[in-house]
Amino acid sequence: MIARIPIGPWELALVVFLACVIVLNSFLSPYFLDFYNLIDSTFSFSEKALIALPMALLIIAREIDVSVASIVALAAVLMGVAADLGANTPTLVCLGLATGTLAGLVNGTIVSLLGVHSIVVTIGTLSLYRGIVALIAGDEAFTGFPADFAWFGQHYLGNYVPVEFVIYIIATVAFGIVLHMTTFGRKVYALGTNPEAAVYSGVSHTRYRLVLFALTGLMCGLAAVLLTSRLGSVRLNVATGWELQVITMVVLGGVSIAGGTGSIFGVTLAVFLIGLLTFGLSLVNVPGIVMNIYIGLMLISAIALPRLFDFVSNRLTADK
Amino acid sequence: MKHWSIGDFLNQREGILLATIFVLFAVIVLRAPEYLGEQNIDNLLTSWGFLAILAIGQLAVLLTGGIDLSQASVLAFTGMFLAILSHGMPGLPAIVFVSLGLLMGAGLGLVNGIAVAFIGIPAIITTLGTMTIIRGLVYVLSNGAWISSHEMSDKFKSFGAGETVGFPNVFLAGLVCCGLVWLCLQYTRPGRDIYAFGSNLAAARNAGINLKRVQVLVFVVSGGVAGLCGYLWTARFAIAYTQAAEGREFAIIAACVIGGVSIAGGRGTVAGAALGALFIAVLETSLPFLRINAFAQLAVVGAVILVAIAANARAERKPGRQILAPRDRAPASTGVPNR
Repeated sequence: MIARIPIGPWELALVVFLACVIVLNSFLSPYFLDFYNLIDSTFSFSEKALIALPMALLIIAREIDVSVASIVALAAVLMGVAADLGANTPTLVCLGLATGTLAGLVNGTIVSLLGVHSIVVTIGTLSLYRGIVALIAGDEAFTGFPADFAWFGQHYLGNYVPVEFVIYIIATVAFGIVLHMTTFGRKVYALGTNPEAAVYSGVSHTRYRLVLFALTGLMCGLAAVLLTSRLGSVRLNVATGWELQVITMVVLGGVSIAGGTGSIFGVTLAVFLIGLLTFGLSLVNVPGIVMNIYIGLMLISAIALPRLFDFVSNRLTADK
Repeated sequence: MKHWSIGDFLNQREGILLATIFVLFAVIVLRAPEYLGEQNIDNLLTSWGFLAILAIGQLAVLLTGGIDLSQASVLAFTGMFLAILSHGMPGLPAIVFVSLGLLMGAGLGLVNGIAVAFIGIPAIITTLGTMTIIRGLVYVLSNGAWISSHEMSDKFKSFGAGETVGFPNVFLAGLVCCGLVWLCLQYTRPGRDIYAFGSNLAAARNAGINLKRVQVLVFVVSGGVAGLCGYLWTARFAIAYTQAAEGREFAIIAACVIGGVSIAGGRGTVAGAALGALFIAVLETSLPFLRINAFAQLAVVGAVILVAIAANARAERKPGRQILAPRDRAPASTGVPNR
């Protein structure tokens, strides 16, 4: 079996973008092209990028989950409570993953039961989960994590590569295989391209929804493990605003919001594009909120430019 | 002639929602009579005003099947700009700020509209982008600093925080906006075009409606009301800062969804959006009086949104098109097509 990685014009454009960002940044700062700096900069996006993987599957299947940041917070705070009660590291990890999966399953169940568009449902659970976090955490911070829990977020493999980054790479490969080389992945595309046809061909919409939402929840749980392990403390406002950054990664990666198209390779390119851009800008002391302007502009221009190009070329041919 | 009865009224989403709000209000007042205090009613009316103005702008966009996530950022940006302006030119009267707020918001909405209608970027992506860009521009504009009460001119603050015949101006502005948008949606050609756009795109195109103009129009409306709120918000709370109203996008959309506005477009009324806003406003202002832990409020609001969505779910499902009304029931008594 040969892996056919779909490399379309979008992925090529992203590669060009990525090259521009690297060249520009290395001109702007002499510290950019430094191996240690680059590998350390992956800390700033590995966790969000983990959630972008299942989010890509969801959006390809015409669903969306805007409650991901709240799920991360919920899993993180429950781990914080458990840690204060003296739970050991394996228990904490299991708890985080289980909480995420459960929260994702709840999303999937409500979406399936009600047959309502998932953006509406997850706007509701976004408030609900964050509300439960607020109820549990109040204005407290949880810091009682055991020492060996820090391994996930603070340890380097072979002294160079952060564990977080390794986990992200493994997850990317796994998601790439699942989406592009299994029948499961083909069915996800089928649901996004033409849901009616997919259902008549025997794809269980309910089961796929449940699995995809649960998977998203699981990855949120994993991201929560890495995040709490890295920060060593959890508060009410942990991971706020992540949902939009995650969706930006996915959409910039060429996943169509209308469903049916997109690839894990594209999402990965977008993750590195955003990651390296933010890292480069932070080296030249651009504040985070100003970086968001560049990311927003990049998101819109990445989608607008090919369309503008089509528009102009159509006009030119029409005139002839 | 249309025949109206209580049963008909209760069959409508708006009727059920209004009844629910009455029950909620009654329960709150029974449990905590101090909720009816003058100060608190003022708060309730003000927070309804803000939510309702933003929600009817959002309604216009949702009716076309779009979504506007940039409203809260537009609010923060115009608010910050006008606050700085009032600091530099203390002589300007309030009417200048109101008009400038509307214009600036409409201008930012125009950018969204052009990106969606002419470049063809999906609304959710366009506004996700402009939401972060505009929020960033607030920071650039203010350098991250706060503009607080003593730096704003008195004329700036007096209208937004003021009262007319005993009602907060924000509340009255909400009423006026609801009325105007209702008139436009119900009785003008662009208004009907908006409904046509959302309920049957192909038919709307065949009927000769300029689809791009409709799309631009709804974003201009949504941005314009957000700009107006930018002035009112900053003047009412006498503070302008980068994070103003951050995260309110979801409450605005929730108000619409509770009011029976369909995310898929074509279905929804001004009354619904206004009542949805009232529901959230009552809920948010009452929780402290019911001695519900401040930290639990978000959870309660979230749970209520989910319940409201579940209640609306039957209508929200993709319907088979019903061409003829059943004979045993009078024709639909609302002006909304394809209900």
